[in-house]
Amino acid sequence: MFTGNNNRTYNPRRYPGFLFITLVCLLILYAPLLVVMGYSFNDNLSITKWSGFSLRWYTDVFTGPEAAKFKKAAWNSLSIALSAALVATSFATAAAIGMVRGGAFNGKTLSFGLISIPIMVPEIVTAVAMLIFFSMIGLKLGYLSILIAHIVFCIPFAYLPISARLQGIEASFEEAAQDLYADRWKAFRYVLMPLMLPGMLSGFLLAFIISLDDFIITNFIKGAGVETLPTAIFGAVKQGIKPNIMALSTLMLLFSVLLVSLSYFIGRTDKEKNDAN
Amino acid sequence: MAAAGSGRTVSNTFAPVRNWLLLPTWLTVGIFMLLPIALMLVYSFLTKEFRGGVIWEFTLAAYDQFVFDRGLFGDEAPSIEWTYITIYFRSLVQASMATLLCLLIGFPTAFFIATRSPSTRSMWLFLVTIPYWVNLLIRTVSMKFLIRENGPLNQALLGSGLIDTPLQLINTNIAVQLGLFYSYLPFMVLPIYAAVERYNFSLSEAGADLYAGRWTILRRIVIPAVKPGIIAGCILVFVPSLGAFLAPDLLGGAKTFMIGSLIEEQFKGNAGNWPFGAASAMILLTLVLIALLFYARAQTKEQV
Amino acid sequence: MNSIPTAVSIRAVAKHFGQFVAIREMSFDIADNEFFTLLGPSGCGKTTLLRIIAGFENTTSGTVLLFNEELKNLPPNQRPVNTVFQNYALFPHMSVANNIGFGLHMLGWSRKDIDDRVDQMVKTVRLEEFINRKPAQLSGGQQQRVALARAMAPKPKVLLLDEPLSALDLKLRQQMRAELKALQKETGITFIFVTHDQEEALTMSDRIAVMSAGEVQQIGSPSEVYEQPASRFVAEFIGDTNLLDASVVSAQSNQHNQVDVKLDSGECIPATAASPHALENGARGHLSIRPEHITLNALSTTNDLAGTIRNTTYLGTDTQYEIKLDSGVNLFTRTQNSGNQQHNFSIGNKVNVSFAPNSARFLSH
Repeated sequence: MFTGNNNRTYNPRRYPGFLFITLVCLLILYAPLLVVMGYSFNDNLSITKWSGFSLRWYTDVFTGPEAAKFKKAAWNSLSIALSAALVATSFATAAAIGMVRGGAFNGKTLSFGLISIPIMVPEIVTAVAMLIFFSMIGLKLGYLSILIAHIVFCIPFAYLPISARLQGIEASFEEAAQDLYADRWKAFRYVLMPLMLPGMLSGFLLAFIISLDDFIITNFIKGAGVETLPTAIFGAVKQGIKPNIMALSTLMLLFSVLLVSLSYFIGRTDKEKNDAN
Repeated sequence: MAAAGSGRTVSNTFAPVRNWLLLPTWLTVGIFMLLPIALMLVYSFLTKEFRGGVIWEFTLAAYDQFVFDRGLFGDEAPSIEWTYITIYFRSLVQASMATLLCLLIGFPTAFFIATRSPSTRSMWLFLVTIPYWVNLLIRTVSMKFLIRENGPLNQALLGSGLIDTPLQLINTNIAVQLGLFYSYLPFMVLPIYAAVERYNFSLSEAGADLYAGRWTILRRIVIPAVKPGIIAGCILVFVPSLGAFLAPDLLGGAKTFMIGSLIEEQFKGNAGNWPFGAASAMILLTLVLIALLFYARAQTKEQV
Repeated sequence: MNSIPTAVSIRAVAKHFGQFVAIREMSFDIADNEFFTLLGPSGCGKTTLLRIIAGFENTTSGTVLLFNEELKNLPPNQRPVNTVFQNYALFPHMSVANNIGFGLHMLGWSRKDIDDRVDQMVKTVRLEEFINRKPAQLSGGQQQRVALARAMAPKPKVLLLDEPLSALDLKLRQQMRAELKALQKETGITFIFVTHDQEEALTMSDRIAVMSAGEVQQIGSPSEVYEQPASRFVAEFIGDTNLLDASVVSAQSNQHNQVDVKLDSGECIPATAASPHALENGARGHLSIRPEHITLNALSTTNDLAGTIRNTTYLGTDTQYEIKLDSGVNLFTRTQNSGNQQHNFSIGNKVNVSFAPNSARFLSH
């Protein structure tokens, strides 16, 4: 065998088997979700036997005996996610401008470390620390404690896309605005913010999804009687996976996918716009 | 450090108001994250109260309980208590295995995606990341549903005649592995993808020109070049796996008990032991910090 | 000079970035209505000086006066100067009209006044039909014009231009030079123009400040800096020149700074000293002779500057000759091509080299 012969057909980007592994990977990732989605349409109280297509479990989610509980949990989840993401996005936007446009300063690394703590620390540790903190300052566990916790751990997730976006925007835009008689606030309002908007939007969506997703921390500090969708589902599956839970899960799953697709397409159209530059 | 070109290094258009911009984040993370962790450290040295909670008396009891067995009434000669050390060791092994599994599947996947044409690349990446955005609890429950004893996987395998007794996956290490893999795979794929995308493939061609085979090139040229991405991916999978709660709790059983469940137990109901829970969390945090320090050192070495 | 007011006065300005010295204390004045160019290689501090005038950087020491008013620490949005940025920095999310009107909007002009001024500006830069386009839909030259219009719309007292032509291709760059120059004469606004391109500086400027390593090397009209370089750096940076090591043998103290210098290779040559410091016997320095100032003649009589043509390069308008003098010194010359073949020399020809004493500049540093 001449190696020279191989060289002519050698493609450094191709490795045999990598496509196969990728497909296996996708199979493992999607099979459980697709199976649950499929079985959520099963017209049978037993989850093991398939007995025909039906929407009865979706009706059950909205009108069944547990409907009120689910509605309350959904309201809690969505309102907390929305408020936490809004607050986290505004804090993160300000912080990103301070970090990226604040010049060189002592404690820049420290500030970045502080911002990333909620990502670095395992969720279970954050959960324990917050539970101890809230019980010590005497804050009644419930909606407010959940909201505060969600704001805290959403900040780094909102911060990362926003600061990445800001780093891609040349400072000469704000300089031009200031040169043209805009004060700092107007330079932000009329020039920097419109340019940062895609980053702020994906930061917001990321924070929103992360908040909706959280189970561990919420479970620790929710207190009695307040449930979010994940804690309600967790409580339900402890007694076994019921078909109405699969229907509820499918709805949440589709909602997440919808949000992610939205953020993906925002990013894409924005990228295309920039490529045209 | 100043760039010779213009003498400018960092943009400073908002430098005068920098502290005001950073203040909300400093305060929020400082008060509701840093302070609680400090309090947790304090709690781990307090005396437990039996109804859950603490008595403000300094003691090393929580850490002592972690390492030593002093009998039911605490009056026997101390011997090493293996229960908790075993749980931590098992968690380390589980997290390492999960990291290895993610690497073995994640690297080829990331490499494959990064070598697609730019237009299809984002589509593949999107496909791999979508499941990550689905609620972790829902994903874990779905996995449990799929691999149950009489779940769809076993039904399909039995139906096709590949096996004649159902696979006992649930409550095993394999199930936990699968759950952790499923939870954190995108964390492995994304940094490796980013590294491979930046990789200059003419290096591979140079290797081939110098008589290296395909797999030698992968081992000797590609992998060293994308090593920072691999290390980042491993850390991103290892850290959350170590403290994972859902996968071991829902997919594992008594034999796969991990740190997350141990800590959770200490804060549930009246049987809880807050100082011991705080101490266990501190030990977990220390392990994570060691992993992060190792990561930081590896990254700085790469840069030199 | 006293009748023309000073637009910008740089007074003992220095700028350090940590250990790095971007500007080493400099002082000079820029007159009103002047097209003033800061010329120098990258890293010489010219952009930093421009940013100090605009207000984006503070001085480490020294002050800047604008029409005799001190500007120190005034933020950029309160300075009546505007900037044309190197990459134009056109706001990508705004139309051409909104870009040009931005400064007026910030100044609180009425909608109608803004519209009128924008119309006037787009006419000036001939972009009437592009008024509703976004910057990304314009060519490089058009973007350049929008940047100019935007910076000039608020009628600044001084316009700062940071290498505004560097992103354009050669043809467009040459065309824009003429347009910029005409625009400056038409509006009467003082232009401070930063460039590293000596040709740009020579063709457009009233005066040029040649900068190097944070210092001003020479300030003068284009012909002054070219014909009478003050230092070796200026002689080499602007145009091409022959640089020969030499020392002063007889300093004649007359007003023309005439000196006799001796090349290290032995020849004695009458020359002009660039600065009075050189008027001292034995002072060492360099002799700078522009190649087009050297005349070649076929060898006739004995002359101490005789040499042989070593190489010829045809350059279109000129022919470049490389000559090795009998003493061993290498020179190059440029002779305009007249179409008359008789004037041409070829490799190996013996020639006489001559130049006027005021074409040979003795530079002590």
